[in-house]
Amino acid sequence: MNDRLRTLVDPIVVANPVTLQVLGICSALAVTTSLTTALVMSGALIVVLTLSNGIISLIRKQVPSSIRLIVQITIIASLVIVVDQLLQAYLFEISQRLSVFVSLIVTNCIVLGRAEGFAMKNPPGASLLDGIGNGLGYAVILIAIGTIRELLGAGTLLGVAILPLASEGGWFTPLGLMSLPPSAFFLLGGLVWAVRSVLPEQAEPMRDANDAGPPR
Amino acid sequence: MPSPAPHTHAVIPIAVASDSPGRTLTVALLVALVCSVVVSVTAVLLKPRQDANRLLARAASMMGMTAVLGSGVPQARFVDLASGAYVERDPGSSQPLPADRDRAGLGRREDVAAVFELRDGGRLRLLILPVRGSGYQSTLKGYLALEPDLNTVAALSFYEHGETPGLGARVEDDAWRALWPGRQLADADGVFRLEVVKGAAKGVHEVDGISGATRTSSGVNRLLHFWLGPDGYGPYLARLRAENPR
Repeated sequence: MNDRLRTLVDPIVVANPVTLQVLGICSALAVTTSLTTALVMSGALIVVLTLSNGIISLIRKQVPSSIRLIVQITIIASLVIVVDQLLQAYLFEISQRLSVFVSLIVTNCIVLGRAEGFAMKNPPGASLLDGIGNGLGYAVILIAIGTIRELLGAGTLLGVAILPLASEGGWFTPLGLMSLPPSAFFLLGGLVWAVRSVLPEQAEPMRDANDAGPPR
Repeated sequence: MPSPAPHTHAVIPIAVASDSPGRTLTVALLVALVCSVVVSVTAVLLKPRQDANRLLARAASMMGMTAVLGSGVPQARFVDLASGAYVERDPGSSQPLPADRDRAGLGRREDVAAVFELRDGGRLRLLILPVRGSGYQSTLKGYLALEPDLNTVAALSFYEHGETPGLGARVEDDAWRALWPGRQLADADGVFRLEVVKGAAKGVHEVDGISGATRTSSGVNRLLHFWLGPDGYGPYLARLRAENPR
């Protein structure tokens, strides 16, 4: 695989920001009660991460290192506000369900982590790819957890009934736990365990040899 | 691809960024300027659309109520909250609330509120009151619909809030909304009893709380207490009761 492709594809599984670096957990737990919110949140994060990586990489040589973190956060926060405003204007109902979690992308460690860890030292093209790749990596996890939680917690996917509910004459009794936050912890923990069983080099003791990414 | 974790900034190979004060100030100002222009322009351009969405959500929430409760278009009336009398228009003024009476955590309360009456040949069939108050991390805004006896809840529906998804946000779930119709506000002696309780509700004055969202549930309690009490629609409801004695 050439370098470009690796920049894009690696963060989706091999160097996934959520399962390997354990970043962005808070929102991954909060917005995965349904697949719809997980998808919209993923989209919002991909847009913010890609643009922030691109913009920060473009101006990386102009930014004095003494104020670089402030500059990065200012740019990220502005992008997040713009995305949040767009959601409120065009996807109002979903933005109500996501409530504060879109604005909290500002504090999502993946975004600042990639800005500081990658965009500050790589050209814009590679930074854009890195942004998309890490965004997709986050999205894969959210979508996986969102799918399981909505399916088992409500018997639906994207609001469409998949498993006929016992209360409506079917056979499926929803697992109430799935709509509560602890279930996301269990699922995420299971997922991290599964990934690290398949790729044992990702387990914690090997971290120094295998790059843990930016500080969390 | 992934490069060593930068733990100190000394190892970051930022290409020749000069750290002179002038340069630092210029970059900071430029970034701040560009960002603030982008954010302000977006906010201003999208505001009309967002306001329209909010109005639509309110209307949909109210239509949902009247659809369940019979046909007809509710009439908006302006009510002076202090006296309970109808007034011609809303002056848009408001008064600060003393902390000990501000149960809903509003800070200020408007002098005149718009209520919605559904009448059938002059007789009240449904009364819809806008209510709002602090929940856990946001202000809950919604409508409380009352039956003509002014003591039975016909519906409670929130159209705007920013509560935790999956927890407090369940105030807008159909399952929780369905608990409200038929609840009684006050007992035979006129004492206000309606309450969201922890666990399972007993009797006509109680509603199941939302598990995992204690503060949202108590926020709903407090806002109902406030708006149905003397600082809310109390005087207006008293006047309506005197008008249509049971």
